[in-house]
Amino acid sequence: MNASLHLWLIPLAPFAGFVLNGLLGSRLPRWFTTSVGLLAPLVSFVVVINSIRAFTGAAQLPYVETCPHPWISVGSLHIDFSLVLDQLSLVMLLVITGVGFLIHIYSVGYMRGDPGYARYFSFLNLFLFFMSTLVLAGNALVLFVGWEGVGLASYLLIGFWFQRDVAANAGKKAFIVNRVGDFGFLIGIFLLLSNFGTLAFSEISAKLAGNPAWQGGALTLICLCLLFGAAGKSAQLPLYVWLPDAMEGPTPVSALIHAATMVTAGVYLVARTHFLFDHAPAALAVIAVVGAATAIFAAAMGLVQNDIKRVLAYSTISQLGYMFLACGVAAYSAAIFHLVTHAFFKALLFLAAGSVIHALGGEQDLRKMGGLRKKIPITFWTMTAAVFAIAGFFPFSGFFSKDAILYAAFLSGRNGQILWFVGLVTALLTSFYMFRLWYMAFFGEARSPDVHPHESPWSMLAPLVILAVLSIGGGWVGAERFGAFLAPSVGEHAALSTIPHLELILSIVAVLVALEGWLIADKLYRRRPERAAQWAAALPWGYKILLNKFYVDEFYSAVLVKPLLAVSKFFLDWVVDKGILGGFAWLLAGIATYAGMILQRWQSGNLRSYAAWLAAAAAVLLLFLLIPWHADWAASLHIILKGAGAER
Amino acid sequence: MYLALFFLFAAFAIAGAVNLLVQSHPINSALSLIVVMTSLAILYLLLGAEFLAAAQVIVYSGAVMVLFTFVIMLLNAGREEHTLGSRAARAIGFPAVVVILGVLASVVLRARGLTANGIQQGVTTTEELSRVLFRELLLPFEVTSVLILIAILGAVALARRGSGESEAGQ
Amino acid sequence: MSSALSQGVPLSAYLLLSAVLFALGVVGFLIKRNLITVFLSIELMLNAVNLSFVTFACQWHAVKGQIFVFFVMMVAAAEAAVGLAIIIAVYRARATLSVDRIDLMKL
Repeated sequence: MNASLHLWLIPLAPFAGFVLNGLLGSRLPRWFTTSVGLLAPLVSFVVVINSIRAFTGAAQLPYVETCPHPWISVGSLHIDFSLVLDQLSLVMLLVITGVGFLIHIYSVGYMRGDPGYARYFSFLNLFLFFMSTLVLAGNALVLFVGWEGVGLASYLLIGFWFQRDVAANAGKKAFIVNRVGDFGFLIGIFLLLSNFGTLAFSEISAKLAGNPAWQGGALTLICLCLLFGAAGKSAQLPLYVWLPDAMEGPTPVSALIHAATMVTAGVYLVARTHFLFDHAPAALAVIAVVGAATAIFAAAMGLVQNDIKRVLAYSTISQLGYMFLACGVAAYSAAIFHLVTHAFFKALLFLAAGSVIHALGGEQDLRKMGGLRKKIPITFWTMTAAVFAIAGFFPFSGFFSKDAILYAAFLSGRNGQILWFVGLVTALLTSFYMFRLWYMAFFGEARSPDVHPHESPWSMLAPLVILAVLSIGGGWVGAERFGAFLAPSVGEHAALSTIPHLELILSIVAVLVALEGWLIADKLYRRRPERAAQWAAALPWGYKILLNKFYVDEFYSAVLVKPLLAVSKFFLDWVVDKGILGGFAWLLAGIATYAGMILQRWQSGNLRSYAAWLAAAAAVLLLFLLIPWHADWAASLHIILKGAGAER
Repeated sequence: MYLALFFLFAAFAIAGAVNLLVQSHPINSALSLIVVMTSLAILYLLLGAEFLAAAQVIVYSGAVMVLFTFVIMLLNAGREEHTLGSRAARAIGFPAVVVILGVLASVVLRARGLTANGIQQGVTTTEELSRVLFRELLLPFEVTSVLILIAILGAVALARRGSGESEAGQ
Repeated sequence: MSSALSQGVPLSAYLLLSAVLFALGVVGFLIKRNLITVFLSIELMLNAVNLSFVTFACQWHAVKGQIFVFFVMMVAAAEAAVGLAIIIAVYRARATLSVDRIDLMKL
């Protein structure tokens, strides 16, 4: 093998950017912050590109870099800082550093003028550091470090404008819900350790490969715990509630973290530990059901949202549901494929939405937009590319990846066909609400006439264009070739069908469904806009439930949050804090005070009482010196009563 | 005869001590103490310590008590007033005294080995005493004289008018 | 008669007398209200101790016992001188000799 790939540069360059911008950025001029902030992801990207050559030659894969100093070495537990590069992590890294770099460029224009400019870039770099660590991790513990770290970065960036209560609360909610998932992940790690004795993926994989009869049972439990963690991070049922609120953060943050990279960490985890899931079919079934349910549930909620970013948030949750569905039917490469294409078009959607918001001077409500098609053309055309991609039209990238998922679902048995159907309905809903957004924002008349929209600066538009190109052409590599490339890291799961041309038939069905969604949206939002309101009025209950997101937040609040607050306030505050701890402190102070008050009387200044105490002390001394005390009380008492000095 | 002498002067000593407690004017107490000291001098004689008997009369009752008397007259100390007193003194002090007396008495009365008979053993001559004093214990003797010198200086410094902060009375 | 008269005094009697005098001195120290009288009680205590020293010196025919009494007398004399000087100074500052009135360290 040739020279080292210096994988450690990939996480460390953004970390250096974090430190530099964090400590110095606010004091130095803005070009410094921008340069450092852009240089860091660029360095990572270049190193990733450079490491592609490891896959071309007769190199040994996976490529492992380990820190020579072990991290934990206690007894039989041995954990290293190890970075592993294989096909899966290469794909993820390309997305993270590539799309990440584009979003950094976009942020330069979007965050211009914000007082927290340096802080923003340092946090963004921090996120890149943790995300690359997560993806390059060679064992579950290093992955967990990255996992927690991206949660932290997400919290910092969601609550970036922390002076707003809504933003700060959203950041807290995200972090707390993530923590709930992380608890499951930790349990999973403990179970892994107790069952395998090691946390390194390669070793666990080897152990499972050598023992193919080991199925279910403990492995299912481990997988379910890991799934719980992944559900928290990837916003699946029931832990998705933080993602819509996370839209309080700046739009580039939503694009990078809550569309392209962090939320995909859960999918990555399942793909990375696929060897575990392959041995636990029950867990796979759970994943598939959760994924499909989330997909349709979120799509339903996205139908009636009025905030442009909220629509995209629910869309993200729904698309993540697709990826989980793919994992659930063991089509890991299809899931990763969709992850990649989703990163392209979802990031583009968010960035374009940010451009729209920027053009309108901060307006985010779809009901107040309209007629922007001619006024911000570049934004319009790039967003159009993204909308077509997400709807799944040929030949955009979304078509290939979504079809791969639906095809794999269809082929996996009778239940698989039910899942396929759910996925199909979700595709219909997806197409509908995306085109609804498209029409409401860009077509019709301007509903807020006193705002004069202007096109965004080139620093914001250039990434849009690049991402549009990727959204259009990103899927042309094709699912089979992608799957073949990824096979060494995620396993071969070739799906064969008995029906000829099944794939083609299913693709056509999917495209037709997407077309139907477009037509409905067209009818309701372009040709006769008042029909939308009539439909909503016709089903008032249904509309209200959807608009209020199925009241899930209210349910969580009543069942989880309020009881916890009550316990905190009444038990922990009154009983423990004021009662026990406060009482204890009061007791100590009381003892000292009262003891002082009693002892104070001794120092009276009265000569005669001093004399009395002197005499008493002398008496005691005499007693002890002159009477021969014995070890037991009876003999001593005997001596006292009979008179001292009997022996003398 | 020695027994009678002992009882007589022991009675004097105890009477003087009790009188010291009972009298309210300090001058009466001082005079009672002189009685006690003189009785004790006789008792020393009965124990064969002739030099000490003389020293007791000369130094103690002759010099120290005279000093006390002078100070009482100088300060014109009158009868004692009846002040509040101290409960602690009575509550703790008296039992302590009883305990002290009880322990000492019981130790003394039960002790064996006290066989001597006082003056009948023989008198300790001054020559014997001075032989030990000026040979073996010369250094403590000289140190004691320095001590007395320091005491004189201290007394002069303390009692001088103008020492101390405020001048009250006189 | 002569045998009764020439009968010696048991030394424990002297020790008992010494204990009684000492106890009386402590009582005087406790109950007396005049500062000088308290000082007198202290002198009484010292004398009681002297008596017991001499008794033991007689018992074991140790001259050093008597020399110790000699030193005690010297030190008592010095102490009396200094103590009375202090009493004079206290009287000058406080204009009272009552023990209960003198209860502050600061004159």
